[in-house]
Amino acid sequence: MGYSLDFGWLAGAAGVIARGAAMTLLLIAVTTFAGTFLGILGAAGKRNGPKPLQLAIGVYVEVMRNTPFLVQLFFIFFGLPSLGVRLDPILAAMLAMTLNMAAYTIEIVGAGLDAVPRGQTEAALALGLRPRQVFVKIVLPQALKVIYPALTSQIVIMMLESAVVSQIAVRELTYEADMLQARTFRAFETYFVVTMVYLGLSMGLRRLLVVGGRRALGAGVS
Amino acid sequence: MIEFTFWDIVRNLLLAARWTVLLSLAAFIGGALVGLVVLFFRIAKNKWVKPIASGYIALFQGTPLLMQLFLMFFGLPMLGLRIEPWTAAVLGLTFFASAYLAEIWRSGVDALPRGQWDAGASLGLHYLQELRLIILPQAFAITRAPTVGFLVQLIKSTALTSIIGFEELVRTSNAINNATFEPFKVYGLVALIFFVMCFPLTQYARRLERTAAR
Repeated sequence: MGYSLDFGWLAGAAGVIARGAAMTLLLIAVTTFAGTFLGILGAAGKRNGPKPLQLAIGVYVEVMRNTPFLVQLFFIFFGLPSLGVRLDPILAAMLAMTLNMAAYTIEIVGAGLDAVPRGQTEAALALGLRPRQVFVKIVLPQALKVIYPALTSQIVIMMLESAVVSQIAVRELTYEADMLQARTFRAFETYFVVTMVYLGLSMGLRRLLVVGGRRALGAGVS
Repeated sequence: MIEFTFWDIVRNLLLAARWTVLLSLAAFIGGALVGLVVLFFRIAKNKWVKPIASGYIALFQGTPLLMQLFLMFFGLPMLGLRIEPWTAAVLGLTFFASAYLAEIWRSGVDALPRGQWDAGASLGLHYLQELRLIILPQAFAITRAPTVGFLVQLIKSTALTSIIGFEELVRTSNAINNATFEPFKVYGLVALIFFVMCFPLTQYARRLERTAAR
């Protein structure tokens, strides 16, 4: 019990923690946009694409959802170079996060597409819109509105999961925490502070997404 | 360099997978027990107890599991407890699971019509009897699909305990990969083993969801 907490190192570490947090936010920003975009393409392909494509997307989703993100990350970062594709850690992290995110958003967006009544498509086609216009202008906006809360949760979950990319030496928040505690010998305090930073980030991100969603998709989004 | 045949790799990975299974089970059972206590606080009518349970859940759902494991691993020794990776892994995952399970079951309790409580009370049952005989059995029944879904998430989460030094599937695969330099094969096999563990559960959860929707 002779241990006393010491936060004296914190003043000198604030800059490093802020830099790590910025990298974490960059990773999740890229993942959100790229992953959601791929998710929309995948969900559309799974419903309207040719049979082999539908099957391939289905297999992809199951494989990604039933294996740990950490293993996917190692597979991409350590495995791809043996095929001659050498990735920088940040790119590997972004790729792994995006591919993982896409698998979940394919399912989420798909549920939204299924929730839009068939009559919407029929009405739009009857008005003379081309199939692509029907999807982009009529069906997708309604689907996004339905699934927005689920998408928000998934983005926050992905942000928390991004902590493991520290394992391939991406200099994000967890990596900086590892470095700090090795220097200060204050492991518990360091991880405690960084955990609180993560808590703040996830609450702030959720808030931002809720407010942003209300602006972009109209009222009624919680 | 040590020579590993394909079967050596597979055998070692399967042996390590036992620990992944064992850890998942221990964390799920521990998480269910602690989760019940959290649920009990979360649905309590007392206005002091409820925010504590809500805060507990928000804390675990709002921070990375990896940080929770680090805090467990570095924090418990400060309380004078000798801690090994196995203990930190089980405790960390137990608390993590308890928060998620409590929240899942809470949604089940909330979904029950008010009349269920009233009916219980009018039969002369006191609060604990109402919970045990009427509310919880129904709440568990309607949340079976998300509970199984969370078990899949928990199995995948055990991979993170490799980082605090617990010898499960991923840590063993790192060691094998360092000896064989065949990351494609090694991590591919690890992914396959996880898939074989998780996929049947995912399908089971999906079937439960479909029958519930009908």
